[in-house]
Amino acid sequence: MGNRTVIPIGPYHPLQEEPEFFRLWVEGETVVDIDVNIGYNHRGIEKLCELKTYDQIPFVVERVCGICSTSHPLAFVNAVEDLADIEIPERARYIRSIIAELERIHNHLLWVGLAGHFLGYNTVWMWAWRYREPVLDILEKITGNRQNYAMMKVGGVRRDIEDADIPDILRLVDDLVPAVDMFKGAILDDPVLHARLKGIGVLTKEEVHNYGAVGPTARASGVAVDVRRDDPYAAYDLVDWDVVTQEEGDVFAKAVVRVLELYESVKIVKECLERLKKTKGEIDVKVKEIPSGEGIGHAEAPRGEVFHYVRSDGTNRPIRHKIKSPSYTNVPTFKATVIGGTISDATITLAAVDPCYSCTERVAVVDKKTGRRRLNGEDLVRLSQEKTERIKRSMGL
Amino acid sequence: MKLKLKALTKSPWVFHLNTGACNNCDIEILNVLTPKFDAERLGVLLVGSIRHADVLLVTGPVTRQAAPRLKRLYEQAPKPCFVVACGTCATSCGIFKDAYNVVGPVDKIVPVNAYIPGCPPKPEALISALVKLLGTVK
Repeated sequence: MGNRTVIPIGPYHPLQEEPEFFRLWVEGETVVDIDVNIGYNHRGIEKLCELKTYDQIPFVVERVCGICSTSHPLAFVNAVEDLADIEIPERARYIRSIIAELERIHNHLLWVGLAGHFLGYNTVWMWAWRYREPVLDILEKITGNRQNYAMMKVGGVRRDIEDADIPDILRLVDDLVPAVDMFKGAILDDPVLHARLKGIGVLTKEEVHNYGAVGPTARASGVAVDVRRDDPYAAYDLVDWDVVTQEEGDVFAKAVVRVLELYESVKIVKECLERLKKTKGEIDVKVKEIPSGEGIGHAEAPRGEVFHYVRSDGTNRPIRHKIKSPSYTNVPTFKATVIGGTISDATITLAAVDPCYSCTERVAVVDKKTGRRRLNGEDLVRLSQEKTERIKRSMGL
Repeated sequence: MKLKLKALTKSPWVFHLNTGACNNCDIEILNVLTPKFDAERLGVLLVGSIRHADVLLVTGPVTRQAAPRLKRLYEQAPKPCFVVACGTCATSCGIFKDAYNVVGPVDKIVPVNAYIPGCPPKPEALISALVKLLGTVK
């Protein structure tokens, strides 16, 4: 064992999102071990749900994670509909898919932007977030809010999409395609990114199975798991789309999966909107009572599978509600991807699974033996950006 | 003190602290910096350390684990420092009022200068709150 240094990352960092605390053990430049300490955001939502009625719970679970704010309610209503054996109208199924896919589009654009920032491409960050705005505008038009859409309820959806709005929404979605083309070009054709990201943070197929990774993290390693196809809910079995996979399992493959998924999501939204024009009728069914029993439901969030379990005793509140979110199994894959890499790759490897935070800021390095060397979060991002610069120089750019 | 306050209104540096929020407020705060809203043109800058900050922007209903850290960060901030509670959770705990691990809202832990309701507040609301807050400094 060489001269080990501990690098604490977090728990608070200014760029964004949740507090999480990482400890990286490094020998020189190489990361030899990692530990994750969470709990700063624990609010007790599962217990809170036992105090709420079935109509109120979608609002609570929506706030489990703001970016997956359709996936959690969707998984919950799937669970209750499984429990009470409710069949929802076709129109509601299309609307559910449209909202879920719009959420995926804005989330993946958000990730592309943040990944660009970590690599020293701040322009990508600004552009990606600029093209995210029209998606939020569509969602605001349909649901009345930019985030936290409150669209799901047991037995259907809360709001309809008016026929008069559909051409406008289609136009905004069509406008996204050239933007996605641009990002695809910027990522897939950029020699610097190829050199920077290929072979970094590799997650093998076997490790995906061992850690139980889900979503784009698994699909980038060649494991084609997707709840939308494996156990269809909403309208995913009614429209035509493909599961995107890559074989390599490195950070580059994860980026490619996300960018290509944008095309699939646009395809699904457009087809659902076309079908919606022809499908008339109710958007929900009246649910009189929830029988006793238990139900499970899942949904494919932008980051992977969201799983909800509900047990009912026949009253208007569940007696047990269990939530499993995708990051819960994706975060431990850091053990496989970060260890053995360098510190300058740790940033982008941690960000590559899109774990709901950027854990790069506010870092302090304290070497136990030699004393006081300190490194803050900006230094970590700088190290990452410098590596990109080095690669650029060596390629003569 | 007067000079310090006057200087503060020119270019408020913001330290963002998540005390158990669901990410939406946090995403909207970042959104304010991106091209459509671009608050950086008004001198607003997100900073990495509380010791550089003029404004402590708190989101989330303050969980048990985050409460002592919020207090400590407020003590470390150079004064004068404005505290802004962003989002319904931070202003009143909102839907998490009955949760066992929530000890907030923010004004129970540290004094608050401005409240921004909304779940999440729109970027326009965030900018408007900033303008109003700086308007109170005279």
